[in-house]
Amino acid sequence: MNPAVRFAAVSRHFGAVRALDDITLDIAPGEFFALLGPSGSGKTTCLRLVAGFEQPTSGEIAIFGEQVAGVPPYRRSVNTVFQDYALFPHMNVAQNVAFPLLLKKLPRAERDRRTKEALALVKLAGYGERRPGQLSGGQRQRVALARATISRPKVLLLDEPLGALDLKLREQMQEELKALQKALGITFVFVTHDQGEALSMADRVAVFNEGRIMQVGTPAEIYTRPVSRFVADFVGSSNVLSPEFVGAVTGRRNWASLRPEAIRLVPAASGKGVVSGVVVSRSYLGAATRIAVDVRGTRIHAVVPASETAPEEGSHVGLAFSTDAFHFMEGEE
Amino acid sequence: MSTAAAVVMPPRAGLIGTISDYFWRRPEIFVLLLLAPPLLWLGVIYVGSLIALLVQSFFAIDEFSGMVDRSQLTLKTYGELLRPQNLDIILRTVAMAAAVTLASAVIAFPIAYAAARYLKGKWKALFYLGVMLPLWASYLVKIYAWKLILAREGILNWVFENLRLTWLLDAWLSLPVIGGNSLSISYTGTFIVFVYVWMPYMILPTQAALERVPTTLVDAASDLGASPLQTFWRVIFPLALPGIIAGSIFTFSLTLGDYIIPQIIGTSHFFIGQAVYAHQGTAGNIPLAAAFSIVPIAIMGVYLWLAKRAGAFDAL
Amino acid sequence: MRSDGTAAMPLRLKIAAGAGLTFMLAPLALIFLYAFSTEERTYQWPPPGLTLKWFGAAFERPDVWQALTLSVQVASISTLIALALGTLCAAAVSGSKFFGREAISLLVILPIALPGIITGIALRSAFNLADIPFSFWTIVLGHATFCVVVVYNNAVARFRRLHGSLVEAAMDLGADGFQTFRHVILPNIGTALLAGGMLAFALSFDEVIVTTFTAGQQQTLPIWMLEELVRPRQRPVTNVVAMAVVLVTFIPILAAYYFTRAGAEIAGTGK
Repeated sequence: MNPAVRFAAVSRHFGAVRALDDITLDIAPGEFFALLGPSGSGKTTCLRLVAGFEQPTSGEIAIFGEQVAGVPPYRRSVNTVFQDYALFPHMNVAQNVAFPLLLKKLPRAERDRRTKEALALVKLAGYGERRPGQLSGGQRQRVALARATISRPKVLLLDEPLGALDLKLREQMQEELKALQKALGITFVFVTHDQGEALSMADRVAVFNEGRIMQVGTPAEIYTRPVSRFVADFVGSSNVLSPEFVGAVTGRRNWASLRPEAIRLVPAASGKGVVSGVVVSRSYLGAATRIAVDVRGTRIHAVVPASETAPEEGSHVGLAFSTDAFHFMEGEE
Repeated sequence: MSTAAAVVMPPRAGLIGTISDYFWRRPEIFVLLLLAPPLLWLGVIYVGSLIALLVQSFFAIDEFSGMVDRSQLTLKTYGELLRPQNLDIILRTVAMAAAVTLASAVIAFPIAYAAARYLKGKWKALFYLGVMLPLWASYLVKIYAWKLILAREGILNWVFENLRLTWLLDAWLSLPVIGGNSLSISYTGTFIVFVYVWMPYMILPTQAALERVPTTLVDAASDLGASPLQTFWRVIFPLALPGIIAGSIFTFSLTLGDYIIPQIIGTSHFFIGQAVYAHQGTAGNIPLAAAFSIVPIAIMGVYLWLAKRAGAFDAL
Repeated sequence: MRSDGTAAMPLRLKIAAGAGLTFMLAPLALIFLYAFSTEERTYQWPPPGLTLKWFGAAFERPDVWQALTLSVQVASISTLIALALGTLCAAAVSGSKFFGREAISLLVILPIALPGIITGIALRSAFNLADIPFSFWTIVLGHATFCVVVVYNNAVARFRRLHGSLVEAAMDLGADGFQTFRHVILPNIGTALLAGGMLAFALSFDEVIVTTFTAGQQQTLPIWMLEELVRPRQRPVTNVVAMAVVLVTFIPILAAYYFTRAGAEIAGTGK
């Protein structure tokens, strides 16, 4: 079975700038896949290569087994939901959504029927007559989604889909996007710089940095077993600990990551396996309190569930963890 | 989810499909195709003839035959410009352009200021129409209107008579240089018409510049202790200046090159535009006509360079 | 900059601004009045009487109709040419970044930026050189040359407001170049082109300086008017024609103004 999208040693150079450097990646059919990374990391370029707006300088891209080099975007069964939604201002919602069908020259009756279906699927039934200018941001996004999925593309690309939405809306849309994907069965590939989004929505994540892929894996894998400091730093709130510290605590000198949730707070100086330090800050998060403890110059974050009392700033605490809570990052010295 | 349909769809049937795909692959060719017709027209025909004109100014008329001597390039024709009567023409035109620019700026400013600062909604729209209408009303009609107004039997004289101020008008007309036989045969008349015709070109950029002055600046100035007059001179006016300069580019340049207004309302003394027209006409002295026409271009070149340094182009 | 209602317009400013605007509009109003005057040999004020008969007289003058027809024909064709060339230029300049973009903008604006007399002479000598006799088409050529910039400016401004993502979105959804142009680009720049076209028409209709150099024996309406200014034949008829010209040029201006405003509201996209 062919992967939905396959990158084979793909590079994209702009003169001296290497936007993508030797990318190899497989995205499985029906996956909800995230391209995660800071700006300029190449994730958007990747997306545009699949869409057809850019061509690779070297390497090959195949979609469901078919090579797509040199094929213009309008001949690919790949659609995109743009960051600014790109709704056509001179058309109403229904006309926007029906646009791909209009291009295929489908008869009026069928266009109308499928448009109604598509709008119902994104919970915008009855909004057909409205104009983009009259819609809220969230509604515009749904229209863009309906428009991009109405012709049942093989792959749907989303560029920073939740960036413009406020928190409440974002959470709501996350659920709806997952539901939509399940209903349609299309492979979704989305680009984001928000690790929270990536981890909560995606089946698998590829972490980009400076044109290269640092790690590909499920959200759990990325979070608990980051292979490098960059990934650990970028994804999740893991502690990234230097070889000196790790060596002093575990005997093995290596960079390692340690999840805050893996740390238990105990009275200071309780003995072996406990590291003591001073609480330097606390942040109330509702369900828990996050504290930062200074241990001999290294700042370690721990999380105290709401059921317990978080220590005050300035107090001495002990941090207890089992040694296999450390995830050694083999990639780093 | 079916994989029955292909991922890559075939291009549209026939020529259109091939052309589409080709231009997508080679956008530069498309741009070239887009630009070729207009560039050919403007670059070859228009600029070509401008260059031809410029070259002509380096030829000279052979005094004996009266024909243009195209065999050699010379600065003799430019030298002709320095002859007293030609120099007169140039200075006269420049002086008029300066006077017109100054007057336009002074008259336009209150209008622009009121519009930028105080007018809202329907008054604003009315203002725009009030400026657009004269702006776009026929150039000749505007001149004609003043011919009517300035005529001996026209409204202006009638007003002066009825106000028993004819002596004032006569005194003005007897002044040297700016006076004349009547208003329509005097530099004053020419001046008035020039100011009138170019006024909208001065109002619009000034108003645009004034509108761009943020209220917060004005508030800040008075908050820091400036009186309204000080605020005006030290905050508002300097920020409006680029707009005024932009407007002055229009009034100055348009006056320099005009040959119709002085012909219809004015003395028999030539302005640059009239000199150009005369020399290229029956006189057949194209080189001199060309040389004369270079003068406004050169002057405006310097003017524009100075204006750019003063930041006027942001106001356009 | 607004005074936010903290102070009403000071009286002196009101007077100055009001006087200024009256100065601007009164002469035009005067022409309208003169068109009804019964006086026929001079520009007498106040008009001895009012009449409509000069409208009839103007109606019957064949040279007026000839000039008017020529002007309309020239303006129409020049506008069409300017629309085509101006849009092409604007599309190319807005679409891609290539060296010489600035140069193109300068080139397009040159015919209207330079004094009319220079453009006139340049074109005249070009025609002489190429041995092209002066005719309808030389007039059109001249007019189209400086009308291009009017369309160009309007088109460029609208292209700038057109988000690039719209074109990408169209192509992404399956529209090739032609379909994108027809379904997405054209509808969005349509009103800008209309506005530019109307302005170009008005500009061409009114132009006299370049026309005197590029016309042969023909008279466009402005040339007719110029003749009347220098050698008045029938003053009242000239008054009537003047009034008609003001009305005719004002209408496309108003329409163009309305269209560019309306376009601003339609254009909002995305966020």
